[in-house]
Amino acid sequence: MVSRARGYARAREHPFARLGGAFIADMSLLEVRNVAKRYGPVVALKSAELIVEPGEVHALLGANGAGKSTLVKILTGVIRHDTGTIAVNGDEVRIGSPERARRVGFAPVFQDPAMLPDLTVAQNLRLTRTDIGGAREWLERMDLTVDLTEMTSDIPLPMLRMLDLARALARDPQLLLLDEITAALPSDLAEKVFDVMRQWRDRGRSVLFISHRLAEVTATCDRASVLRDGRTVGTLEPRPGEEEKIVELMLGTTRSQLAESIESETREKEVEVVEAPAPKAAVGEPQLVVRNLVVGDDQDGVSFELRAGEILGVAALEGQGQDLLFDNLAGERKPRSGEMVVAGNPFSPRTPYEAIRAGVVLVPADRILALLPQRPIRENIAAPLYNRITRWGPINRRDETRRVQNAIEALSIDTRAQRQARRLSGGNQQKLTLARWLAAGFTTMLCFDPTRGIDVGTKRQIYALLRELAEAGAAVLLFTSELPEIQLVCDRTIVVYRGAVTGEMPAADADESALLKAAHGLGTVEAAA
Amino acid sequence: MTTVDEAGAVVGRKGLDWRRVVARHGWTIGVYVLLVLLIIGYIWALAPVTFTSFDLNTIAIGGLPLAFAAMAQSVIVISGGIDLSLGVMVAVINVLAASLMENKSFGIALLIAVGLMVVGVIMGTINGGLIVLTGVPDIVVTLAMSFVWGGVALLIMRTPGGGAPGDFQALGTGAFLSSWIPAGAVIIAIVLLAVWMPIRWRRPGFAIYGIGSERARAYLSGVNVSVTRVLAYSIGGFFAAMGGLAATATTGIGTPYAGNFITLNSVAAVVLGGVSLAGGKGGLVGPVAAAFCLILVPSIMVFQGIDPNYGQVIQGALIVIVVMIGGLVLLRERR
Repeated sequence: MVSRARGYARAREHPFARLGGAFIADMSLLEVRNVAKRYGPVVALKSAELIVEPGEVHALLGANGAGKSTLVKILTGVIRHDTGTIAVNGDEVRIGSPERARRVGFAPVFQDPAMLPDLTVAQNLRLTRTDIGGAREWLERMDLTVDLTEMTSDIPLPMLRMLDLARALARDPQLLLLDEITAALPSDLAEKVFDVMRQWRDRGRSVLFISHRLAEVTATCDRASVLRDGRTVGTLEPRPGEEEKIVELMLGTTRSQLAESIESETREKEVEVVEAPAPKAAVGEPQLVVRNLVVGDDQDGVSFELRAGEILGVAALEGQGQDLLFDNLAGERKPRSGEMVVAGNPFSPRTPYEAIRAGVVLVPADRILALLPQRPIRENIAAPLYNRITRWGPINRRDETRRVQNAIEALSIDTRAQRQARRLSGGNQQKLTLARWLAAGFTTMLCFDPTRGIDVGTKRQIYALLRELAEAGAAVLLFTSELPEIQLVCDRTIVVYRGAVTGEMPAADADESALLKAAHGLGTVEAAA
Repeated sequence: MTTVDEAGAVVGRKGLDWRRVVARHGWTIGVYVLLVLLIIGYIWALAPVTFTSFDLNTIAIGGLPLAFAAMAQSVIVISGGIDLSLGVMVAVINVLAASLMENKSFGIALLIAVGLMVVGVIMGTINGGLIVLTGVPDIVVTLAMSFVWGGVALLIMRTPGGGAPGDFQALGTGAFLSSWIPAGAVIIAIVLLAVWMPIRWRRPGFAIYGIGSERARAYLSGVNVSVTRVLAYSIGGFFAAMGGLAATATTGIGTPYAGNFITLNSVAAVVLGGVSLAGGKGGLVGPVAAAFCLILVPSIMVFQGIDPNYGQVIQGALIVIVVMIGGLVLLRERR
């Protein structure tokens, strides 16, 4: 391990030594340099750097939206990067398809099971040109017994993950990419995965390991690269007990970035004070009560109370059931079990229509999904009105105009491109999804990551509006993947982990590192006071 | 938490597990039971006339073109597509065969038949290729193509006519070894074993099931999705050509406008035969039996003295019900 670390240090000291890389015998297995990727206006990766040496277990870390999954998708050929270079053993490669990724010696195990459900395991192996004997050998080495003639759809999820792993190993890759493989595994199987990772390293091969569980990373990985906001902010050697140091790096406390963020946040906060009074303790009646709501497979129940006049933050890492929770509350999906109460009445909407009638409205992250993209601003804002005002009679155009105008002004929506909602900028589209409910009226607003990919100015406007709504007595449930914002807008925060509320704290205590620690399951946060 | 033991079974277990065979192929077995029941109903409806090998052959002859069309539709639906021009493609091959084979020797007729199989593959490839290249949904492209192929059929032959050598007709109407074994059934079995099974149990077959099952996962598994989609339509085109040749052999003439009836029935046979309209599930053996079931129902009603027009209403209703049940099963699985 020492020599590996020294090799890495040398590469850092002489950044241009690699220009002659082709002649150096111990070149890196994988070199990702300055890789960027944008989806339309959204920048997913700004400049990713990743160097994996032969014979190491390398962790890829980062908070939600830092660009981890984008980088993994690029390395596995699911998407193509825009700029930057990827070199394998010193030769630059372009990985355009999963098949290409396989040929350059990468074998991925994705977050979700990759085997096709309507084929048997053996057929899946043959489809991917995997050596069945090799896969069987790895299964035996991991002490697993599986009938390969079984239909994949009949095999339980944890075993499917192990089969994906065995399949990846049987391809004998130079680099094994494990994306959140342990998320769905019981601890005995996770232990087997770590064993395999060690064995793989001992063969001189490498593993790229992605996990939200920092304890696993410090226990198994030689080095870790940390992504933040689409940039690689550092590479370190993770040691047990240093989890908090890693969290700091994920949050970005390097001097320049800290200065940058303080500057922008103070600017924001000054306006915040003017436009919306500082959060105060919620005093309203419980508006939305959720008891033991089970939202998905293998998940515990969620319980919380949301009061009128309060913004309740929901902090969670990816895939902890928060999306299902919002779907259930909005009537898009039925919960497995549990109870919901809105304004004292039992609430079990079968459709979004029923939820909206009960005053519970959703502002989703995917704006285009919520809007009528081909229609003008006016119709988009007025659409929910027709549920209520006049169901059969003619539409009261004057009332509609007034409501639409008020909503446009409240959010200062840019109406220059008003003929088609899809022509608006992302920020204006998101304002539109909010404006609809301002015009139509509601009691409880569910905001699921409403500021995803939105500029700072619009963010500020949206949050100021949410605070105003709360002051006016609305109940707001806010999930955001940008943790610093929770302290900025919320009164109180719950932390959701694996479909259960594992912590609750007032916004004052909910700084980013406290939330991240709780969301990573590092010590439960008790309700303060 | 699921432990390893619950995954059960042993690595590479040998031998047949009958319970699993029934679980996996239960629907297909059920369709064959239904077919036997319908044949018994047919015998009963025929009474007091005795059921002979002649009657069995009549059933086989009546269902042969549809059986091939059902096989064609099955491959395409399993891959996650649907072809609404299938019946018309059958008609195109039917009239081509009838006009080319008229007054020819048996040998020449067989050569023409092989050539038309290639034509069928080309037609299917055109359908699939258009779908993949344009990105327009399968149902839209093939509906449009049904008008193109329909026009082609009428250009070749304006009214029913043409012919085929007697020996060639015997391939569809005759018997094999015993008078109780219809030649048509033997040909279906040969095509299934010699053409479909080798594809089904190799990578192309797994890929066809794969893209119908979970297209994104199939892509991640390294499957060339576009090529596989076109392949499914090409195979469908081959079976459609077999259907057209069967129509020529069983009727002895070409009929340019029999298409839409076959298209609709092929979809019904696919659903009744246990293929999921969502793709990825089912096989070809079930739909073959389902095709004969769909042919038997109106025959039984005719023997019962029911007005043939009512028969059409009832058959249409049957198709709606079958497709609806298939849809309900789908809905339940999604929930």
